Amino acid sequence: MNLKELYQEIILDHGKNPRNLRKIDNHNKDAKGHNPLCGDSVHVYLKLNENKKIEDISFEGGGCAISMASASIMTDLIKDKEEFEVKEIVNDFLEMIKEKDDLKNNILSDDEKTKLMCFSGVKQYPMRVKCATLSWHTLTSAINNSQEIVNTEKN
Amino acid sequence: MNISDIKKQFPIFNNKIKNNDLVYLDSANSAQKPQGVINRVYDFYTKEFSNVGRSVHYLAVTATNLYENTRSSVQKYINAKDRNEIVFTKGATEAMNLIANTFGQKYLNEGDEVLITELEHHSNYVPWHFLRKSKKINIEFAEINEDGEVTLDSIKKKITNKTKIIGVTHLSNVTGAILPIKEIVGLAHSKGIPVLIDGCQSAPHLKLDMQDLDCDFYAISGHKMYGPTGVGILYAKKKWLEDLPPYQGGGGMIKEVKKQAISYADLPNKYEAGTMATAQVIAFNESIKFLEKIGIENIQNYEKELINYTVDTLKKNNSVKLIANPKNRGGVISFIMEGVHPHDIATILDEDGVAIRAGHHCCQILHEKLGIPATARVSIGIYNTKEDIDQLNSSINKCNKIFDLK
Repeated sequence: MNLKELYQEIILDHGKNPRNLRKIDNHNKDAKGHNPLCGDSVHVYLKLNENKKIEDISFEGGGCAISMASASIMTDLIKDKEEFEVKEIVNDFLEMIKEKDDLKNNILSDDEKTKLMCFSGVKQYPMRVKCATLSWHTLTSAINNSQEIVNTEKN
Repeated sequence: MNISDIKKQFPIFNNKIKNNDLVYLDSANSAQKPQGVINRVYDFYTKEFSNVGRSVHYLAVTATNLYENTRSSVQKYINAKDRNEIVFTKGATEAMNLIANTFGQKYLNEGDEVLITELEHHSNYVPWHFLRKSKKINIEFAEINEDGEVTLDSIKKKITNKTKIIGVTHLSNVTGAILPIKEIVGLAHSKGIPVLIDGCQSAPHLKLDMQDLDCDFYAISGHKMYGPTGVGILYAKKKWLEDLPPYQGGGGMIKEVKKQAISYADLPNKYEAGTMATAQVIAFNESIKFLEKIGIENIQNYEKELINYTVDTLKKNNSVKLIANPKNRGGVISFIMEGVHPHDIATILDEDGVAIRAGHHCCQILHEKLGIPATARVSIGIYNTKEDIDQLNSSINKCNKIFDLK
């Protein structure tokens, strides 16, 4: 494992120029997440339509390249998915980044999976896993409409 | 003083970190341990172990004597008037909790003010925060200036007739500022206010003289002084230790226990309930001996030069921005880089064996004030050299390369 595998180009690109970094004014769900160890914070906004499809998703916040890229790629991939699909993708991503070698879901395209697999190197850096997962836990919290602020030290 | 001989006493440096020599620049977090300290823990458990202060057998007497020897060494090292003014705790955090708790119980009431500073570590803020709820006290913060210092004037501005105690760091663990604590103590005492000093960052690096300083309370962390974890020192003037209530109850801290009444042990046992970190306290004596052998003046002179070299090197590096510029600075230097988050800096440096800390360093109040959620922090110890700083600088430049910044 070396730094090039951790800081792949796609991660650096999304880290520097995060997509969907804005607030959705007419969002109907949102949640905040916080990593008390490093001070990173994220706020995820969702707009679900009546069929529980993600019409729009965005985030605000600041953090390291890993956390910004993770939030950016997450919002890119989640847009236009159904709520039940989102839950499956989130679980799949969290399992991959902690232990599994691969993504199992059949919802994402191969290209999309390749993008997410860029984060597989993070598991070699245990202290950085929380950077990659903060926005995903926060997305789950937003979908569940939980008012509790996500705290990486509780997950 | 030969640094390479001193460094050889630290066996951690015989290890390779990811095939690199270790460049340890995280001593403000916790310092590495010399062989003498490590051996002392082993020897105590191997040849001399027993609980202290209770039994009459040979080992108990030996252990008690060794334990009390450390107390005398600390007294001498910080020039306290009386050895009973030295209380062992599990760390500086516990020392500060002890004072907030017992002083709070006895002397703080609704509307009273505790004055701390924006530089304080969470351990000199959160214990006081507990009293906001239980005693309805208020906490005031003396502000930092643009150089990351807290001046005497800044303290003066926040003192009111409700100020009952002042808690202030000696050396900031983020900005590196050394505070004018003697002047602060003088000012506070002129108004009848006691002062608690957080000495975590100063004790390993600066000459300490409790009688000259005249502060009421001073908290020290053992593991930052090249000693074992689990040992802290609370220095408190005898009049306070006699006056304040006990902190924790249990064995060792009592004189007589009846169903209707309990009397407490004399100092310093009154504040040392239960079995203490015996081996660690005994080994901490070796840390003091280690520092005494080098001599604190020599340490200060050597580190001063290294701090200047570090600051100069980082200032010359255009991609680095130091977050503070205190005139009187200790060996703590925090910085940020445009376009690279501190966590990414720390991960990239780690790949070269360079250990620094990234985050808010338990000072969220300060980082909020600075308007940055996290910083990268370099902190030096007696084993660090200019070569370490050169390696740091070249690893920082690697961050630019990876992030493709000019």
